[in-house]
Amino acid sequence: MKAILTVQNFTSDFVTTFWTPIFVGIFLAIVAYAYWPRSKAAFDEAAQMPLREE
Amino acid sequence: MNQSQSAKSMTHGEAGLAIVFAASAFLCLFATAKALDTAFAFHASLACAASLWAVFAIVNRYYDRPAALPLREINGRPNYNMGPVKFSAVMAMFWGIAGFAVGLLIASQLAWPALNFDLPWTSFGRLRPLHTSAVIFAFGGNVLIATSFYVVQKTCRVRLAGDLAPWFVVIGYNFFILIAGTGYLLGVTQSKEYAEPEWYADLWLTIVWVAYLLVFLMTIIKRKEPHIFVANWFYLAFIVTIAVLHLGNNPALPVSVWGSKSYIAWGGVQDAMFQWWYGHNAVGFFLTAGFLAIMYYFIPKRAERPVYSYRLSIIHFWAIIFLYIWAGPHHLHYTALPDWAQTLGMTFSIMLWMPSWGGMINGLMTLSGAWDKLRTDPVLRMLVVSVAFYGMATFEGPLMSIKVVNSLSHYTDWTVGHVHSGALGWVGFVSFGALYCLIPWLWDRKGLYSLKLVNWHFWIATIGIVLYISAMWVSGILQGLMWRAYTSLGFLEYSFIESVEAMHPFYAIRAAGGALFLIGALIMAYNLWMTVRVGEAEAQSPVALQPAE
Repeated sequence: MKAILTVQNFTSDFVTTFWTPIFVGIFLAIVAYAYWPRSKAAFDEAAQMPLREE
Repeated sequence: MNQSQSAKSMTHGEAGLAIVFAASAFLCLFATAKALDTAFAFHASLACAASLWAVFAIVNRYYDRPAALPLREINGRPNYNMGPVKFSAVMAMFWGIAGFAVGLLIASQLAWPALNFDLPWTSFGRLRPLHTSAVIFAFGGNVLIATSFYVVQKTCRVRLAGDLAPWFVVIGYNFFILIAGTGYLLGVTQSKEYAEPEWYADLWLTIVWVAYLLVFLMTIIKRKEPHIFVANWFYLAFIVTIAVLHLGNNPALPVSVWGSKSYIAWGGVQDAMFQWWYGHNAVGFFLTAGFLAIMYYFIPKRAERPVYSYRLSIIHFWAIIFLYIWAGPHHLHYTALPDWAQTLGMTFSIMLWMPSWGGMINGLMTLSGAWDKLRTDPVLRMLVVSVAFYGMATFEGPLMSIKVVNSLSHYTDWTVGHVHSGALGWVGFVSFGALYCLIPWLWDRKGLYSLKLVNWHFWIATIGIVLYISAMWVSGILQGLMWRAYTSLGFLEYSFIESVEAMHPFYAIRAAGGALFLIGALIMAYNLWMTVRVGEAEAQSPVALQPAE
């Protein structure tokens, strides 16, 4: 019982302490994904989507 | 289900739904008999009648339809399902006019209190939630459902998922509006701003909303287009977040299952915190994310230009997702809410400047290379001005969330003005623009009945908004300054009623602005009606296609 509580506390402590850097990290990963030079062509094509339909 | 062409049989959905509605009719009849208050009896009997109608409609539709269900594709092209979209678009126009008219009435009540008529049903306290729910959830909600069902089909190149499910969503949602609205008039409310409907209406909305989510998700899953267009991301965020907010803010325990009154699970500052976590994210995800989806589809479509920066739209989306959810506490500055939570809310509200303006720039710059169209196309002008109002309202909002500014603006008409520059300018105009595009597309018309009338609508409504928000700025700041004015002896300089008296001219100007906005909407309704009735039909491809219904 005590061991479980310790684990839970560790997890919740970790999340409550580090959620800001975790979320910032995820967000930076999304920025990198969006601005990755190689994917420019694919996104430029996606920008045309409303105009392509019949 | 539709493997045999000759033998016609009910689908599982038709049979199941008919049985469920038949059972619901009995249950509601029983509830009518057991009801503890008249409002509950009235709502139970309404639900009973609606359930019986639903059984009849499902069976009738089954007898009228051919044995095979509508094809998902005809000649390799998606066989779009536009019936529910048309229904929602028409309901949006209806509720819009109803909601604006009630808004004009309560604005006039504030200027001339005799218009309360001394009746409980027409008192400001009951009509105010009727106005807010009618414009946000009835008008805005139907616009969002209509455009989301349209855009998801077109950008996924696939027919809407489900046969009865989309109809269940659009009719069920409007039935929720009916229950909520009649409830307010009868005094049924749980007194949480923008979440006034009582427990049974909330339960019904939960069922409808889950069905909405499933129809939308299943359509995306069945898509023919590999990439999920950014507008669909915004719509999905709107649907998912509203489900979470609705469930989070409404865990209420009814006093009796046969009565309308309920009590919320938590009280005091916890309830206030939950309420404004809900309230502000209803602004962020209902009135912002959903309508940004409209911006990302309808502006490129109307301007015939691609999205200015698709990469920025991805950043725009995720920045809003990460930031908006924390901004709610700015509604509770200088209350019992812990100070750190107030500061957190303020900080995140200020950070929201960035994604809001990023999104606004993305919407406006989509016109690069097509700016001349603003001169000739009043519909595009409406869409673009809506984005400008979005930028203005999202500049003002973070400003007002700063605690020092809020100490002047809170509880004053400045807040009312701010909300309406967003609601009339952004949500209203972007919805009008979308409906002006959508109606000719849905009814296969070459264009609108009259662009001149759109121009009239645009200018009348714009002048109305300017009158409204400038009157509220002046009256709000005047109120704030009067409430905090002290004499040299340290007494309050003005009694409250003196500040009320000082508001009178501004309330009259505000009502005039609201009247202009309503007149604009009536012109729009006439224009759309004539577009459907006498508009020139779009030249169709020579092969006669099977109708979508």
